[in-house]
Amino acid sequence: MKSIVLGQYYPADSLLHRLDPRVKLVSTFVYIISLFIVKDLPGYICVTVYLLAAVILSKVPPVKMLRGLSGIIFLMLITVIVNLFTIPGTPLLSFHGLHITVEGVYSAVRMMLRLVYLITGSSVMTFTTTPSALSDGLESLMKPLKIFRVPVHDIAMMISIALRFIPILSEETDIIIKAQKARCADFDSGNMVKRAKAFIPVLVPLFVSAFRRANDLATAMEARCYRGGDTRTRMKPLLYSGRDYLVYAADLALVTLCIMTRVML
Amino acid sequence: MNTIIEVRDLTFSYDDGSSGKPVIKGISFSVEKGGFIGIIGHTGSGKSTLLQLLIGLLKPRSGEILFDGEDIFSKGYDLKKLRSRVGLVFQYPEYQLFEENVFKDVCYGPANLGLTRKECELRAYEALKSVGLSDDCFYASPFELSGGQKRRAAIAGILAMKPEVLVLDEPTAGLDPAGRREIMNLILKLRKERDITVILVTHSMEDMASCAEKILVLDNGQIGYFDTPAKVFSHTEELESIGLSAPAVTYIMMELRKRGMDVPTDVIRPEDARDEIIAAFARRKA
Amino acid sequence: MAANRGFTPVPWAAAGGDPPCHIVAAGGAAYGNLKARMEDIIKTEELGFDYIRRNENGEVECIVRAVDDVNISVKKGEFVVILGANGSGKSTLAKHLNALLKPTDGTVWVDGMDTAEDGLLWEVRRTAGMVFQNPDNQIIGQVVDEDVAFGPENLGVPGPELPGRVEESLKAVDIYGLKDSPTISLSGGQKQRVSIAGILAMHPTCIVLDEPTAMLDPAGRKEVMRALLALNDVEEITVIHITHNMDEAVNADRIIVMDHGKVALSGTPTQVFSRVEELLAYGLTVPDAVMLAYELRKAGIGIPEGIVTGPQLTEALINEYNH
Repeated sequence: MKSIVLGQYYPADSLLHRLDPRVKLVSTFVYIISLFIVKDLPGYICVTVYLLAAVILSKVPPVKMLRGLSGIIFLMLITVIVNLFTIPGTPLLSFHGLHITVEGVYSAVRMMLRLVYLITGSSVMTFTTTPSALSDGLESLMKPLKIFRVPVHDIAMMISIALRFIPILSEETDIIIKAQKARCADFDSGNMVKRAKAFIPVLVPLFVSAFRRANDLATAMEARCYRGGDTRTRMKPLLYSGRDYLVYAADLALVTLCIMTRVML
Repeated sequence: MNTIIEVRDLTFSYDDGSSGKPVIKGISFSVEKGGFIGIIGHTGSGKSTLLQLLIGLLKPRSGEILFDGEDIFSKGYDLKKLRSRVGLVFQYPEYQLFEENVFKDVCYGPANLGLTRKECELRAYEALKSVGLSDDCFYASPFELSGGQKRRAAIAGILAMKPEVLVLDEPTAGLDPAGRREIMNLILKLRKERDITVILVTHSMEDMASCAEKILVLDNGQIGYFDTPAKVFSHTEELESIGLSAPAVTYIMMELRKRGMDVPTDVIRPEDARDEIIAAFARRKA
Repeated sequence: MAANRGFTPVPWAAAGGDPPCHIVAAGGAAYGNLKARMEDIIKTEELGFDYIRRNENGEVECIVRAVDDVNISVKKGEFVVILGANGSGKSTLAKHLNALLKPTDGTVWVDGMDTAEDGLLWEVRRTAGMVFQNPDNQIIGQVVDEDVAFGPENLGVPGPELPGRVEESLKAVDIYGLKDSPTISLSGGQKQRVSIAGILAMHPTCIVLDEPTAMLDPAGRKEVMRALLALNDVEEITVIHITHNMDEAVNADRIIVMDHGKVALSGTPTQVFSRVEELLAYGLTVPDAVMLAYELRKAGIGIPEGIVTGPQLTEALINEYNH
């Protein structure tokens, strides 16, 4: 259950950890757009340099990053296979009526790179940013929406609390499943309907517990004088510094270069 | 007496995270039929993991557990049957109640065993009676009961499967003194009436001293001691070094002895301490 | 079965017999300690609270009197332990001290403020901070320092002042080293200390703790108790600690015992723990040393009254033995 949570925060003291979360959110967004702009080798070189710089500057052990990729191996395999066999073009190999084309190989490699880069890039962000900093950043970036009466602070608070409780609830799910198994519950046999029904004894206690936790947490927040976002101050206010502007510059450079590789080459 | 559970050279590690370090490190012990084994250990010593291994909820890296002479991890072993014969009561078991009323919830275990409805209901009734819940609780929602009642209803849910071995993970956690007393008395009563083998994990050394026949001390996944309570609790310094302690009265007796009173130090129960002190005073008078 | 020889399922004190006692009865002011001359930080007057239970259609099913005619006062700097079985009303009482609940009858004053007055709500909550039972359900931040800052942030404490408050609060409960740790990785005892630090950062005069040790192991309990005693001693913070673990009450300045919504006993640990039978009747118990002393005294061994801890008991026994 725990492996689902993509890129848990990895505490370290690095340039990336110290960056403003807004910069990291925007950069990740720019990076992903760039990934979809580039098509050829020069473009991929730009993106690779950007990604490698980020990984190195993050001080997160590369092994941790790779472990994050293990979750999508299956997805990568499907992408590669589909691309290999379905793209028409100059034939390279053929057997049993299936053809692999040069274009297919290029496309498969490209798609795989894109996936790997996408996951690695976004996990650099989640590894270096605490979820609460992320929700702070999101709140700040969404501030303009306040004009349209979007409860920006409440949404950010909800996201942050939800993120905090995911590991707790997933551990709880595990325990409840085991406890019902101790009462001879069978989750693995029978048809779909029977299997779905078998989970009621897990879901009901889980919901009850989630509500109890929510209730407790609300009381605790009230006891600590929480009354919405309007009068709150921040211990770690979001302030841009020199390095943040540098990264914005790097983002601009990245996206410009990527567009140039498409237009000029 | 014959052995009902035998653990042989058991090693276990979680594969996710924690860098695969074993949580249980090659432990071996056996449980006699009808015995009362207490397991104590610091949080993280592997107690809960060991309990889950006992009913096959986790698979060991190596080693085996024999129940009634058969290895429960061998291929084709009927784990469902095992779990009906070895009932595991989790910590805070009331958090697993889910049915609309207590009676139905207690029927869940027997129903999973494929028993007829009538048989389920008979067993549920008997189980609820034996944990001492009154009839007016039977059709109440489990969420309306008091903390102590919920806990007893959850224990009834395990008892309804008529286990031969009852394994309990801190059954008194979070209860008030009266609730704790009720649960401990219930366990002793069940053992007497049904001849059940009991394996109990608790942080209360006083409960251990008054109930257990043998205590297994787990330290960092290994067995520190496996002996009678009096012998285990005589190692006060060693116990303290692994975050445990002896019952309060044992310390009092040791101090009395050190300061010249003629009392034994292997006393672990308050009533025995009282008698020994009275006897010491009587001897002195004489 | 040999090991069970002599086990008596009921508490082993024989019932009946009048315990010798000097206690002042329920509701009375029985504390003659040094701090008594100081001001009241908490005062309740004829406090009563009804829970209204409704059925599924929202109709009133029954009314439960959870707290009934409670008159207590707590002096600044006192360490008060409230004991009581489940359902004795101690948690309901605690929630009144933080204005999470408002009295049905009577009045509660926190540092002179009437908790029923809406305008004073936040000041009441800041003055009497509250820590709850479940360590997981009261931590809001994902990292220790973020969580500790949550309270003062809500109070609008200026940003530059916050890191200092976090630092002093974490140091007061001796976990400054965990400042940057993810809260999820902490032990139960550490989590509860983070919660205490989160209250301290709001600069309260009083902390109310509702069974903070109930879900902890013995090591965690010790950690929390050590932290609370230190806060009371060093920072002179008033502590109101609710528990049903008798050993945690031994070091209190005063114990209040609740039963069925009322204050049943109030006095120093020595006074309260001399009422063994009453405590048992309220669904409580007494520390082992107290029980042993009580039984020995009943058996005619001449040890003085007022023994609460193991060392006191051994001292008294050795004195008597060598006499």
